[in-house]
Order: sequence, then structure tokens, then C-alpha cells
Amino acid sequence: MYNKGTIIPGLIIFVLFVTFPIWFNGLKAGTPPKPELPPGGEKKCVESVEYMRVNHMQLLNKWRDNVLRDDNREIITVDGKNYRKGLQMACMQCHSNKEKFCDNCHTYAAVTPYCWDCHLSPKEAASKEETQ
Amino acid sequence: MDNQRRKFLKLAGAAALAGIGAPTLVRLSSSSALAAEHGASAEPHGKTIDPGPQGIRLGMIIDMRKFTEQPMLLDRAVTACNEAHNIPLIDSAKSEIKWIWKTPFENAFPEQSSYHMAKNVKDSEFLVLCNHCDEPPCVRACPTQATFKLKTNGIVAMDYHRCIGCRFCMAACPYGARSFNWEDPRPYIKKYNKDFATRMRGVVEKCTFCAERLALGLEPACVEACQGTGAMVFGDLNDGQSEIRQLLDQEFAIQRNPSLGTKPSVFYIV
Repeated sequence: MYNKGTIIPGLIIFVLFVTFPIWFNGLKAGTPPKPELPPGGEKKCVESVEYMRVNHMQLLNKWRDNVLRDDNREIITVDGKNYRKGLQMACMQCHSNKEKFCDNCHTYAAVTPYCWDCHLSPKEAASKEETQ
Repeated sequence: MDNQRRKFLKLAGAAALAGIGAPTLVRLSSSSALAAEHGASAEPHGKTIDPGPQGIRLGMIIDMRKFTEQPMLLDRAVTACNEAHNIPLIDSAKSEIKWIWKTPFENAFPEQSSYHMAKNVKDSEFLVLCNHCDEPPCVRACPTQATFKLKTNGIVAMDYHRCIGCRFCMAACPYGARSFNWEDPRPYIKKYNKDFATRMRGVVEKCTFCAERLALGLEPACVEACQGTGAMVFGDLNDGQSEIRQLLDQEFAIQRNPSLGTKPSVFYIV
């Protein structure tokens, strides 16, 4: 191999540089997020915890298409409580703190879903409820 | 060589003749069948009425006689809609968002003559909103299917998630029923309805006949605001027993710009 002396140290420097975030944090991914459980004490979600953890975005998309496109706005009953399909009308009824529930994981995973460009978090909605 | 060219020209000529003659032949051979078919179902000219789409077809009557008597109902209906749908109040003709709004007769019905109009018509304002047409031009114009006609009830609905803000639908709508969010609407909303979302900058919005309220068994917000006065009647145009049909059977009602062929579902009794 030609230029062994420069290529091998160069490669090593490159690999070290690329993996900087990994070894700099001591080979740990930081403290995993702990989304807040419903402050109201509700125990059961519309689906199992495992399903929701992995597929909540698909479920929201399905609900969106059901409601807007298929005009299927059936009420979902969980533990005797009725929910209308929708982020504001179902999810946020129990998970009333967007910052401690949604943002907790989304910030950790560095994803920025655009739900809240239009949908109102309970905090945001309350901010203009009394003013008239 | 010469022979080959001669052959080619002959073939080309025959092919050209066949191509030109084929449609005529087809027309000749099928015309008798067509004529028979047509003759059987032919009705006296001018008597064929388009039955329109079947199934539930939601529509609205705006009885302007009632609004002329009680003009404050106009504002009540508009405000009810604005509050129900988190509509921003932007004081600019370009940026304003309108789902239902007031407009003078000559703007609402440009096809009708406004020469020597009755005084009550000239002086009163008309409520206009999305007509939820049977043949919605906005739906044809939308490149992303963000706006579409619901098969179950005929509402021309919007999916804001899909809207890319190209505004083709605004150009297509002959009623100006669509508004574009030129800026973030939230600072202009006075009071939030926590059961409804807002919109974001860059999407088009319009009246949805309160599909979200209908699902709860409620009437549209504007109709509810005029409750008890009969100024606005909402219901299924295909149900012979519905209040709206009873009223349409009795009264002469007009639609906006009927000659465009959009077949609006909103009727006006002037």
C-alpha cells in the first residue's frame, strides 16, 4: 500500500471524529425520557401501551383519514369513558400536559411533528378561553 | 425500385382512405341503433330534469325575508361560526378569513339583474358561504385531493393536513368561498374553541357545513344561532319529509350563479 503512513492515521482520525457523539457521552444514550402518565389517573388507553408507543403516529393518521375523509367519526369507548377520534378530543383529554407527555420523547428523539402548528394543546387552548 | 415505390404509394393511399373513412362507417352502422335507443327514452324538449346525486345530500336554505326583519341575525350567525371554528379576525381584504360572511345582493347574485331592485333587497345584506356544490370546481382543481366531496352526505370537505397552499381551488371557486392563510392566524383569534384546531400559515380554508357538529347530532353553528326564527334551514335535500324539502316545495328559491353548472346546495328565498 502506498502512503500507508498518512492513510491509516487519517482513517483513524476520521472514525474517531464521526463517532465523537458516541464516545463523548460515555457510550450512553443519555437518560431515557419518562413521559408523564395521565394526571387524571386514567389507566387504559385506546390501545395497549406497547402498541401506542410504537404506532401512535399511524393511529393518528388513521383517525385523521377516518374523520376527515371517510366521515367515520364513531365514538371510542374505553373504560366507560367516551372519546371522539382526534388529538385534541381524545389524546389530550387524559394526557393533558403536552410538554411533559408529547414533547418529552419527541425532544429526546429529535423529531418535530407538526401537529401543533394547527392543533391546540390544552395549555394553548386555555390561554385564550377567558379573554373575550 | 420503381415498382416498390408504386406499391408503397398504393398501400399508403389505401390506409389513408381507410383511416378517414372508418369513423363515417362506424357512425353509419351504429346510428340506427342509437336512434332507436334515443327515441325510446326521448322526452319532450326542456322537460328533462337532472335528478342529481342520490343518497343523503345536505343543503341549506337562507330565508332572506327573515333576515330583513331581524338584521342582527346576520352577525349572530357569522359570529357563531367564527367562534366555533377558531377563525381569525384579520382586518385586511387580502388576508381576511371568511367561512360565512355578509355581502350585498349584486355581489351574491351577479347573474340577477339589480336594476330597480326591491328596496328590502337593495338595503339588506346577504349571507354567503360555501355552496357545497354537486359539481365542485374546487375539487377538480385541487392537485393533492386536499379538498374532496364526501360521498356519504355531499359535503365538500377539506383535509388541511394535505393542503399545499397552491390556491388553485380559490381560483376555481366562483363564489369566493375559500380563504388563504397568508400569515399565522393564531394571534388574530380572540377566543379558542378547544374542540377545534386552528389552521397554519399557508393553507386554504372554508366552510365545512360543521361536519364535526353534525357528528354530534347538532346543527351547523350558523343555523343554531338563528334557531327559532326559521331564517336558516338545514337538512337533507333528498329526503322528501325533511323541513328543507317542505320549504323548497312551497317557496321559490334561487341558487347563486346557477348557469355555471356547479349545482349549489345552498338556496336563497329572497
